[in-house]
Amino acid sequence: MTHLLDPDALPDDARALMAPLPPYDDVTRSDSAFRAFLHGLPGVDQVGAEARVGVLGTRSIKTTSKAWAIDTAISMVDLTTLEGADTPGKVRSLAAKARRPDPGDPGCPSVAAVCVYGDLAGVAREALGDSGIHVAAVATAFPSGRASRAVKIADVEDAVANGADEIDMVIDRGAFLTGRYLDVFEEIVAVKEACGDAHLKVILETGELVTLDNVRRASWIAMLAGGDFIKTSTGKVNPAATLPVSLVMLEAVRDFRAATGRQIGFKPAGGIRTTKDAIKHLVLINETVGADWLDPDWFRFGASSLLNDLLLQRQKLRTGHYSGPDYVTVD
Amino acid sequence: MTSSTKAPFEYAPAPESRSIVDIAPSYGLFIDGEFVDGTGEAFKSVNPATEEVLTEVSAGSEADVDRAVAAARRAFTRVWGPMRPADRSKYLFRIARLLQERSREFAVLESLDNGKPIRESRDVDVPLAAAHFFYHAGWADKLDHAGLGPGPRPLGVAAQVIPWNFPLLMLAWKVAPALATGNTVVLKPAETTPLTALLFAEVCRQADLPPGVVNIVTGAGDTGRAVVEHDDVDKVAFTGSTDVGKQIARAVAGTRKKLTLELGGKAANIVFDDAPIDQAVEGIVQGIFFNQGHVCCAGSRLLVQESIHDEVIASLQRRIGTLRVGDPLDKNTDIGAINSAEQLARIRELSDYGEAEGATRWQPACDLPERGFWFPPTVFTGVSPAHRIARDEVFGPVLSVLTFRTPDEAVAKANNSTYGLSAGIWSEKGSRILKIANQLRAGVVWANTFNKFDPTSPFGGYKQSGYGREGGRHGLAAYLKGNDA
Repeated sequence: MTHLLDPDALPDDARALMAPLPPYDDVTRSDSAFRAFLHGLPGVDQVGAEARVGVLGTRSIKTTSKAWAIDTAISMVDLTTLEGADTPGKVRSLAAKARRPDPGDPGCPSVAAVCVYGDLAGVAREALGDSGIHVAAVATAFPSGRASRAVKIADVEDAVANGADEIDMVIDRGAFLTGRYLDVFEEIVAVKEACGDAHLKVILETGELVTLDNVRRASWIAMLAGGDFIKTSTGKVNPAATLPVSLVMLEAVRDFRAATGRQIGFKPAGGIRTTKDAIKHLVLINETVGADWLDPDWFRFGASSLLNDLLLQRQKLRTGHYSGPDYVTVD
Repeated sequence: MTSSTKAPFEYAPAPESRSIVDIAPSYGLFIDGEFVDGTGEAFKSVNPATEEVLTEVSAGSEADVDRAVAAARRAFTRVWGPMRPADRSKYLFRIARLLQERSREFAVLESLDNGKPIRESRDVDVPLAAAHFFYHAGWADKLDHAGLGPGPRPLGVAAQVIPWNFPLLMLAWKVAPALATGNTVVLKPAETTPLTALLFAEVCRQADLPPGVVNIVTGAGDTGRAVVEHDDVDKVAFTGSTDVGKQIARAVAGTRKKLTLELGGKAANIVFDDAPIDQAVEGIVQGIFFNQGHVCCAGSRLLVQESIHDEVIASLQRRIGTLRVGDPLDKNTDIGAINSAEQLARIRELSDYGEAEGATRWQPACDLPERGFWFPPTVFTGVSPAHRIARDEVFGPVLSVLTFRTPDEAVAKANNSTYGLSAGIWSEKGSRILKIANQLRAGVVWANTFNKFDPTSPFGGYKQSGYGREGGRHGLAAYLKGNDA
């Protein structure tokens, strides 16, 4: 059956495979319908969004709440290495740190995941064993995403076969910025399928989308397409995870759950280096989406240097004095 | 992976230390550069968050006011009036810098005496007060270029009476332009919040401001009347209630005194269906709950387009649920104490009317401290323009929600008020904002923001919200006469 008022709409059977959750199961029926839906989302006023995170940035998190925040943040870290120079040795050392971030303190929580390129996912999987720590692999021609869909799918399948149980994909920003929203959507659906049981994090690369309106639209595309997490950035583009961007993405997951009942996770990545940055994000979650998201199942920090600062601050709280970079391990 | 059992993120108390302020057991009046005892009966200033008595303050009698006006007249004729404008500006810069240097002290004292959260006194009141002095310091030697003709001259002695909602900031709004234009002042702070004005007196001494240029006479309504009605006053500036404003207008009528009044308001905050909803919700919250709603330009009437009413109200209620009500000195507090028992009684009375007249009251679950004066953030839905809570100024954290269907209806409802101080418009459509702004009879119209203040921007009302402007180039005119006058 063709859609009565939308002659461009795909036939029902072609859509059924990738229809989003109700009440949005009809919005991807055609390019124009999808565009109308995305452009009909409420706009974001940049000045207002910045003012809001500015006020939340003044929250004063001290003593017991700081201790709780630091441990919670450590347990949410996706400990990341994404360099051309990565080796199995480097990944093993990262895995050891992921298990026991502070060798001097067994009470220190382990991190949520180790995040590597797909070819090293197997090394990470082996090194992490049955620790319960996840192996996340970036895929889909990370970080640019400039490859054919077949190559991207193969990249994902390879990473999953190597042992990754979380896939961090990048969206096709070129398609997004030229307004081919349905292409972006379909690619995410295809990647999700290739993931099998692996969790899918969808990287929007907000530094290339630039406007907060775009961030909101891209977030909705990723959620409608079945992403389990939406993630700000690759860490290879500046700016990365800014607080206004995080605010808009959190509002998106909040609104999506209210409408569909499905909860989506959020991962800011890139540029979060200090405990202060991390705590600002926890406050932002707490006061935007609430405690339901304050859990490694629903929130992650994509970071490499953040962990050491969290550990230093943790030691400071326990001992009352600052140590130094030699009291935490180099990766 | 269900999540309802997650531990909430509790913020440990983070109180700002009050040790930075040194409150004396009693205070006198500041006249002719000296602290002197008043001859009226002393009164107490209390911390509205705890009902603790902070100190005792002299009430100025008619004789005291007489001395203050005489001192101001002397200073005007002999020192401040004849002074080179560039030198006047040096004093104003000095005061501005001292306000910045002592900002923590002012912020803590303001929160103690007024009940407002330290986040606001620290991030809004005190920096803006300093900004007003900086801004007007720059004007002092450039008045020829203020568009008031060549060589505009000061009026003389200004009598200034200010309210309790922004004690230091309202002082700055009054004192900075008066001094920059060459006038001297006798200022009466509000009865319940005199302490930052008295600390400001200390700053005047620290800045070596010549004696008599600024005089501060504390007291209640009688003292204010004596200041305003004094024969040797050339200018009266008042910010406060419309009732008192009317009395002042009557008292000043037929005299040579120039008058500016900044009175009440019942601002409409208009949210169109194409608004940035999340930011509009923030703006609604900022509009009505900033400073516990003790703001004359508060956005106390929310006019929301019917098609998005339910969505906006649901969002608003969720957001209000995250507001932190409590100890004003805690750095994480969003809403502090109501300034006085009297004001609390008025808020309660009007809220009860709201319910009796058929509107629906909504308040979030929140624990209020046992001592002190507190009122939870409150939203009334189903409000009709005929209800008292849609017409009378509550001056508290109480929002009345009305709806509209078309832009014309929004404008008609927004303007259907005896007040006309401020308004807000929320829309992503620039042409609509410009059109509606032109149709609103309000002195200040904010677009996609609310309760934003800046010394460069004139502020003042239409209708019963008063007359005259404060701030900006327009504000200077209230303290100057042209050579043709």
